[in-house]
Amino acid sequence: MKLVYFASVREAIGVSSEQRDVPEDMHTVSDLVAWLAGQSEEHASALTQQSRLRFALDQNMVAVDAILGNAQELAIFPPVTGG
Amino acid sequence: MKLVRISCAPIQPERELAALAGLGGGALSSFTGIVRDDGGVTAIELEHYSGMTEACLYGLIEAATARWSLLGAAITHRVGIVSVGAPVVVVGVASLHRAEALEATAFLIDRLKTDAPFWKREHYADGTAKWVEAKASDDARSNRWA
Repeated sequence: MKLVYFASVREAIGVSSEQRDVPEDMHTVSDLVAWLAGQSEEHASALTQQSRLRFALDQNMVAVDAILGNAQELAIFPPVTGG
Repeated sequence: MKLVRISCAPIQPERELAALAGLGGGALSSFTGIVRDDGGVTAIELEHYSGMTEACLYGLIEAATARWSLLGAAITHRVGIVSVGAPVVVVGVASLHRAEALEATAFLIDRLKTDAPFWKREHYADGTAKWVEAKASDDARSNRWA
């Protein structure tokens, strides 16, 4: 799965995107983010507090309990601040 | 007419609105957001989620068009480094009469603030920079259109 990071999440992890083989027992965005947080110290510092993060599956905003299904891309970012 | 533009170069509000002025309506409403000199800020830096941003902004214009009787709407948003005093975003709406254009303009900028995938970092005169935090007051303004 393609993982895409923005703003402070991108800076903490150190890359803007990466490709990862996701374990099959990951059902929701929350499952995947919790697993990802265990992949390195950088991922842990960026992803441990899920309530401070927002998510998009295949470029559509979703809640943290959204089902991953067949999505190809998960974006993880802080709350948006445009305008 | 539904126009969405993400620009790396400086934007001129009157240019972004020109196409809306010729649609035969009696009203053209607009909002321009400008970089504020907030406690020593010299510039802001904007990043966005290319692809999702454009789809999101088109979706907001679609929602406004479904809700009000409009002749056209345009959203132009800067990305990259934007200096204090320069425009960051221009929203324009054309309609036959003023009420629709005024309300739809407020709807579009309120929803853009909470829904569109842009992130802003403030740069200060001493060379430091800080990510801007989302504001609860923006959520409240956006939610009043629910």
